[in-house]
Amino acid sequence: MKKSWGVRIWRWSIISFVGAYLLVPLYAMFDFSTKPFGFQDKGRTFRAWTTIPGQPDLMPAIARSLITAAIVMALILFLIVPTAIWVHLKLPALRRPFELLCLLPLAIPAIVIVVGIAPLYRWISINLTESPLSLAGVYSMLILPYTYRSLSAALDAVDIHTLAEAARTLGANTGRVIFGIIMPTIKTGIVNGSFIAIALVLGEYTISNLLNYKTFQNVIAQIGRTNGNVAVSVSLASILFVLFLLLLIPTKKRRNAVLDVDLV
Amino acid sequence: MSSSAYVQLVDLAKHFGKVRALDGLNLEIAQGELVALLGPSGCGKTTALRALAGLQELDRGQLIVDGKDVTFQNANKRGMGMVFQAYSLFPHMTARENVEYGLKLRSHKTAAEKRKARSAELLELVGLSTHANHFPHQLSGGQQQRVALARALAISPKVLLLDEPLSALDAKVRTQLREEIRRIQLELGTTTLFVTHDQEEALSIADRVGVMRNGQLEQIAAPAELYDRPKTAFVAEFVGLTNPIAGNVTGGSIEILGGVVKTLPGSVSSGAGIALVRPESIDVVASKSGNGTVFSASFLGASCRLTINMNDGTRVTAQLPSSDSAGIGAGAKVDVSLLDMPVFVKAAG
Repeated sequence: MKKSWGVRIWRWSIISFVGAYLLVPLYAMFDFSTKPFGFQDKGRTFRAWTTIPGQPDLMPAIARSLITAAIVMALILFLIVPTAIWVHLKLPALRRPFELLCLLPLAIPAIVIVVGIAPLYRWISINLTESPLSLAGVYSMLILPYTYRSLSAALDAVDIHTLAEAARTLGANTGRVIFGIIMPTIKTGIVNGSFIAIALVLGEYTISNLLNYKTFQNVIAQIGRTNGNVAVSVSLASILFVLFLLLLIPTKKRRNAVLDVDLV
Repeated sequence: MSSSAYVQLVDLAKHFGKVRALDGLNLEIAQGELVALLGPSGCGKTTALRALAGLQELDRGQLIVDGKDVTFQNANKRGMGMVFQAYSLFPHMTARENVEYGLKLRSHKTAAEKRKARSAELLELVGLSTHANHFPHQLSGGQQQRVALARALAISPKVLLLDEPLSALDAKVRTQLREEIRRIQLELGTTTLFVTHDQEEALSIADRVGVMRNGQLEQIAAPAELYDRPKTAFVAEFVGLTNPIAGNVTGGSIEILGGVVKTLPGSVSSGAGIALVRPESIDVVASKSGNGTVFSASFLGASCRLTINMNDGTRVTAQLPSSDSAGIGAGAKVDVSLLDMPVFVKAAG
């Protein structure tokens, strides 16, 4: 049945509005980053973009942030995911308290978290390490609400109890059940949660700034104080990079067609 | 307890809060036998099966398989093959990988080539050799349960446990698959415990059928014996259809529908009772001076089911071969009598 013109117009109006809401700021950033920022520039220039690699502190900061993201991902895979699976499988009574605990970082403002953990990080920097990679600890707490929701939805979508019991009767121990059966089954949820976590880690500013670590966002802010065009071009590049990561999230779980016919 | 039994469930008890799922269940299964546990929801049949699989802890009791006490053995060490009610294939593995999974966990015993050969053999056995590389979502419900059966059989289980594996399938597929399960079980000689709430399923494929109620075994017997010679009113009423007909019991017989039939052991021994008469035990003949009138007639293919209003106001259901019911339709006057088959009589009221 053909949709009426009214519906089409309404639909395209919404799409256009949302599209403009998302794309206009990006275009504005691009526009600003290509504006002349020196006496020698005439008209449009990509100088802000070409000077990115030469910015002091930027490349090490990017590397540090990416390594931190990788550590956070490892913590997700080997700590948060098995814990979430364990709670769903063995401790259903703890599901609500666990969920509440995971959602807490959303309810607590970043500044409050910093005030709370600052003494701990002071101790860490004095006694253990001054490396910004130690931020992975607080980041893995910050990403909990997003990662846990994503995992929980994936775990609810499949009958993990039956899969776990089937694996056990076939001879699998608990480790094999979690890492060999359940984790591959909820792969999409894990990937979704991990990418959202990466986006968060790469974009986080408040905590790293207040704890005085030179992360990607802090260096961008620092560049922004001396050269706005370069800061905006780096920000846009980072947004596009995260956007690229998010686009990698598989949206189609099943690539092959499902046979509807019951062939017995 | 018989020492020849391959599987022994001894005095099993399990409570879930105030609910008694198992209340002193005893059951023995001989090697190569297929026993079906039948009963209404909540009677404890699935709990018993899960306890044998090692997926359910018990409050009390002992589980012996092949002479070895497995009561406290972990599920992954018991070597039981299980097919679940819900689809349980691992979604990220193909049918072949699913079948090989149990063998892989025994990799020190099973080389890759042997594994491959074994999975091919089992997929062939369940008629899915052409679907070996399909993922579960590419298979129909019936196909998924067949692969699950192949996967359970791949590890050469000590006991095959079937937990209502056909209940999610449509009627035609169910019938076909249950016959295949029986064929494969007979071919391989695997000792099997089959839990179902579908009596037709249980009666059609099991060597023996156990009827459970309130966590206990009410009666266990061969299907024909269970149907023809129930030991309790619950079994008589739960398995198959019955007509409750009031009568008077004297000396091991009851007088009903103008005739006298013997009562089964366990029946009321004297006084007023209610006979539980099978529709097949009632004979119906067209007669203008008969003692009943046909209210409705249902054609069932090989047989015909008649609902008859008796002259005394009672209503009975009879089932005749279709060839004998020709010309007997709604409104026909009929003469209703009993065939000489013993009936179970429960206490009146």
